[in-house]
Amino acid sequence: MSGIALALLVGAGGSAAMAFVPARLAAWLGAGLAASLCAFYAAHLGAVSTGAVPAAAFWGVPALDIAGGLRLDGLALLFALLITGIGALVFLYAGSYMAGDARLRRLLVMLGLFMTAMLGAVTADDAILLFIFWELTSLASFFLVGTNHQSPAARKAALQALLVTGGGGLALLAGLVLVAIAAGTTSISGMIAAAPAVLAHPAAEPAMLLVIAGAFAKSAQVPFHFWLPNAMAAPTPVSAYLHSATMVKLGVYLLARFNPLYQGVALWHELLMWAGLATAATGALLALRETDLKRVLAHTTVTGLGTLVMLIGIAPELSATAAVTFLLVHAFYKAALFLVVGIVDHETGSRDGAALGGLGRAMPLTAVAAGLAAFSMAGLPPFVGFVAKELLYEAKLGAGPASDVLIVLGFLINASMVAVAGVLSLRLFLGASRPTPETPHDPHWAMIAGPVLLALLGLAAGSMPALVADLVVEPAVRAILGRPVAVTLKLWHGFNLVLALSAATVLLGVVLFLAWERIVPGLRRAEAIDRFGPARFYERLLAGTISLAERCTGLVQHGHLHGYIATLFAATAIALLGTLAVRGGFDAPAFAFGALDPRALALVAIVVGVLATVLARSVLVAVMAMGLVGFAVSLLFLLFGAPDVAFTQFAVETLLVVILAAALVILPIATRDDRAPRRKLADAAVAILAGAAVTAVLLAVLATPFDPRLGAWFGANSYPAAHGRNVVNVILVDFRALDTLGEIMVLAIAAFAVVALLRRARTGDAR
Amino acid sequence: MQALLAAPLLVPLATACLAALFWGRAAAQRAIGMAGSLVLLAVAALLLREVAAGGRIVGQMGGWPAPFGITLVVDAFAAIMLLITGVMAVSVSLYAMASGARERDRAGFQPLLHSLLLGVCGAFVTGDLFNLYVWFEVMLIASFGLLVLERTPAQIDGGLRYVMLNLVGTTFFLMAVGLIYGLAGTLNLADLARLAPGIANQGALAAAGMLLLVAFGAKAAVFPLFNWLPAAYHTASVPVAAIFAALLTKVGVYAIIRVWTLLFAHDVAFFGPVLGAVAVATMVVGVLGAAAHHDVMRILSFHIISQIGYMLVGVALMTPLAIAGSVFYILHHIIVKANLFLLAGAIRREGGSFALARLGGLWVGAPLLGLLFLVPALSLAGLPPLSGFWAKLMVIRGSIEAGANLVAAAALLVGLLTLYSMVKIWNEAFWKPAPEGAALPAPAMGERAASYAPIVALAGITLAIGLWTEPFARLSLVVAGGLLDREGYIAAVLAPGATHLAGVVP
Repeated sequence: MSGIALALLVGAGGSAAMAFVPARLAAWLGAGLAASLCAFYAAHLGAVSTGAVPAAAFWGVPALDIAGGLRLDGLALLFALLITGIGALVFLYAGSYMAGDARLRRLLVMLGLFMTAMLGAVTADDAILLFIFWELTSLASFFLVGTNHQSPAARKAALQALLVTGGGGLALLAGLVLVAIAAGTTSISGMIAAAPAVLAHPAAEPAMLLVIAGAFAKSAQVPFHFWLPNAMAAPTPVSAYLHSATMVKLGVYLLARFNPLYQGVALWHELLMWAGLATAATGALLALRETDLKRVLAHTTVTGLGTLVMLIGIAPELSATAAVTFLLVHAFYKAALFLVVGIVDHETGSRDGAALGGLGRAMPLTAVAAGLAAFSMAGLPPFVGFVAKELLYEAKLGAGPASDVLIVLGFLINASMVAVAGVLSLRLFLGASRPTPETPHDPHWAMIAGPVLLALLGLAAGSMPALVADLVVEPAVRAILGRPVAVTLKLWHGFNLVLALSAATVLLGVVLFLAWERIVPGLRRAEAIDRFGPARFYERLLAGTISLAERCTGLVQHGHLHGYIATLFAATAIALLGTLAVRGGFDAPAFAFGALDPRALALVAIVVGVLATVLARSVLVAVMAMGLVGFAVSLLFLLFGAPDVAFTQFAVETLLVVILAAALVILPIATRDDRAPRRKLADAAVAILAGAAVTAVLLAVLATPFDPRLGAWFGANSYPAAHGRNVVNVILVDFRALDTLGEIMVLAIAAFAVVALLRRARTGDAR
Repeated sequence: MQALLAAPLLVPLATACLAALFWGRAAAQRAIGMAGSLVLLAVAALLLREVAAGGRIVGQMGGWPAPFGITLVVDAFAAIMLLITGVMAVSVSLYAMASGARERDRAGFQPLLHSLLLGVCGAFVTGDLFNLYVWFEVMLIASFGLLVLERTPAQIDGGLRYVMLNLVGTTFFLMAVGLIYGLAGTLNLADLARLAPGIANQGALAAAGMLLLVAFGAKAAVFPLFNWLPAAYHTASVPVAAIFAALLTKVGVYAIIRVWTLLFAHDVAFFGPVLGAVAVATMVVGVLGAAAHHDVMRILSFHIISQIGYMLVGVALMTPLAIAGSVFYILHHIIVKANLFLLAGAIRREGGSFALARLGGLWVGAPLLGLLFLVPALSLAGLPPLSGFWAKLMVIRGSIEAGANLVAAAALLVGLLTLYSMVKIWNEAFWKPAPEGAALPAPAMGERAASYAPIVALAGITLAIGLWTEPFARLSLVVAGGLLDREGYIAAVLAPGATHLAGVVP
């Protein structure tokens, strides 16, 4: 088995193993697992950067034309490194963050499974396989958001995350199936190779929109962005890992993955660009309304995701380079900041940005890590964040007619990111220290290792941009564009418009930072954001669906047997009459009243019986009248030459009346008909309609000449082959003996059930 | 192989009779029941081995040639249904050894269970329309006996509703058989399939078919004929509910697929849209019922209805992939659904109730139960990589390929609502803190093992189908190929050389 397939099995196996060791050890096991997987993927860096694409067969279902298979190109490798690298730090962190918590082990197992699913999703070269792993990450997110499941808010947030991403998953599945049908394969590289066929398919556009919808829901793009801040109900390591560094980027990954397929479609670019921009702006605005630092970070993550989607939308080579670089940068600083906020929360007992401050003296190491990460976030040199921001502006400048809007909004968004970065570093750690619920101090090294390392990586990447460009960015960009491109990253671009924009951004950011305490309450008062936001729409939709379900169910399953029977007959009548109306076929046998056989007058008794049944005021009389109908039918049998059938019928009818009458005496059944007149009328209508429908079909059947070959064969073979002179008997006990066996069983079972019932009634109820 | 053909009837018949002879000796009855279930499973496995690659085993009962006698036919579809019936029989027999076994067995559980299996197996193997009716009757009366096993007022009430509505449906079945016999002059399914396209009055045939569809649809619990199911299932004892959920409605679905692929395949232009509309309405109304309820048994009952809709998509579209999707769906669903009902029983034992409001804390108190619940629950919602995902994928792909985008959209959305109601059970019973109230005493170790063993086994099968889909998907496609090969079925049954059990009649 190939290495990249084995890596997934190792991931799954390792995660399962964590369930069987003590929690503390499980954290180490997880960190080791993730680190060794990271090393394994890192070993592919050299080969992949020179153009090799390792592939492996994996999990196909040939019967369903699902080829399966894994593929590790530059894009997949970049994601795999982020997933495993940050994963290792998160495992380490979680083991310390939740030390002593009974839920830790389950959380770690789920984190391990999540990591494996993420690796599967980014290395899959098959759309269905990708979807499987995609949904598994949503599921893992559900369980991880619900870690604190005693709290109703956590349960609600978990459900919301699952329904929103799961709903997006449905759209994605539909889209992928459409693309697969158009391309004739589920292989992603095959789909890209068959791009002309996919784009020429009549459903090409809906398919593309469905894929985009799936990606948007997963990556929290407007209007699906609301679930992400609520998912912060998860413990901080989970938030840092799933809801910032990895899972929410899966939507971005999908768009990047399918970019080679759709990069010639104008709608693709427009939609991604504008939706991304709207998302980035929304995130920036909402980030400035919060003081809960975790929610602040969640909103800035939304901004980051929007920026990535926008950059994929702006298509040309530079923006793809910008996207990959920003992806890397964002993963470093955002994960670091999340972990820092977790540390602050853990060590001070609070994460309210308005109440905290001056923590630097008590937690110097944390302050340094936060500062480094925040500088990268603010896009200051010499951090890699600066490189990314320069690229961002450059890409926007080259975006054609839309570049003005992109630049202006981008400028505001970036400035607010600078302000938030200031809040998370300067405000939090400098200045006068304020009282906190617990005495702050630097955490255990396992918790601080992650943020420090990530922040340093940001610095290192910024100081050797060429290496990063060759090894990581270029291969990923090649995968996004589907063709090789020259990628150069550098810190210093010279004095130009972009640098001026950068400087202005920092300036405005500083102003916003200084005014932060006034901006937040100001924006808070803007209630319209809450009232008209999609979060409210989700609530309404969910509540509306439940209320629709309740009303519909109350209407259909109302609990009255009477109504159920009426439904059954009415449905039958409508089905039969409708069929005859649509298909035609109504017919009646020729009938001459003059030639009426006088024996048929027995029919009159049936009519009388039916009328008596219907008009009877007590159930007992109705039962007797029904008996009359039965006797009349028996009479017909007798008159038309079937005496044995007639005698059977006589016996049955007599017994039936006697038993029913007896039952009526014993059982507490209402013996009088107390239906309201309107109800009676409706029942009569249903009954007449059903009777008419069956009669109509029966007449049509009777008009068809009957093929008597079965009867003829039975008659001819009864004596010579079956040695019986009574054909009916021979049919019952020989030709169709199996039917008779079944009917005997019916009687036996009925007798048995009755005896069992009565017996238990006598011995008393055990329950 | 001919000798095996009647075994799916003889084994449950013999087991039921034998168990009945040991009236009052509960332990002996249980042993006989278990043995009968195991033999049935083995017989089904042998039959499937013969026909798994396609082909049919045909036998004329009593040696009377078709279409005059009664024909039994086992093809891949019938064999796979028999196998799954065997699996269910063993699982439920095992589960029924746990709590309350003695009371149940004294009330005649074992003979009634195997009588029910007789009816179910008979419906699967018969090649005759009237004979099918007979097996429907056997099923109906046996299931009534099982339903009111504990004789609580709720059961009697539910049982009455069940039997009344089903009797009407069965009567419609008989009327439809009469009408079709009047039109074609034969009852043998192969013979009917041969004659149906040539019948002059196609309108009358379609109307008779419609009456048959009402009868089968009532048995399968499709919209708007499903009222009997939610009215009764939640009152049944757990093993009974499990076997009902697994098999009863599926016999209706089986009958629809069998009869429509044989008798009405030429009229797909008329029946296709009708069945498609019924399928979508059933999916939607069923899942809404599940979303509205807060009792585990009731939620699960409505899900049965909802999922029946998916199983009808194949016969509505009549394409190989769609039919294979339906077949795969049936297999997946039977295992998952029966397991969920068994789990509902386990939830009540551990948590003390079926009502979500009175449940809670099980994820902390019974994590194993939680994991076991998740497998079928998530599979039911169609989450990958469990069996339900592949079933849904096949149905959706089949629908889109056939241009039925509305069906695909409904299938996807209903999946989301299914997920919602499964998560509702999870959130309330497992995640929510346990409400105030005494915990039940833990059941004895042996009882626990007996009730968990089938749950674990069925969850294992669900996982296996999910992770190793290829053979199941391939088999479903073989089944679909066989169902669409009308000529092959007709030739196999009516060919002069068709094999006989007894001597050939001159």
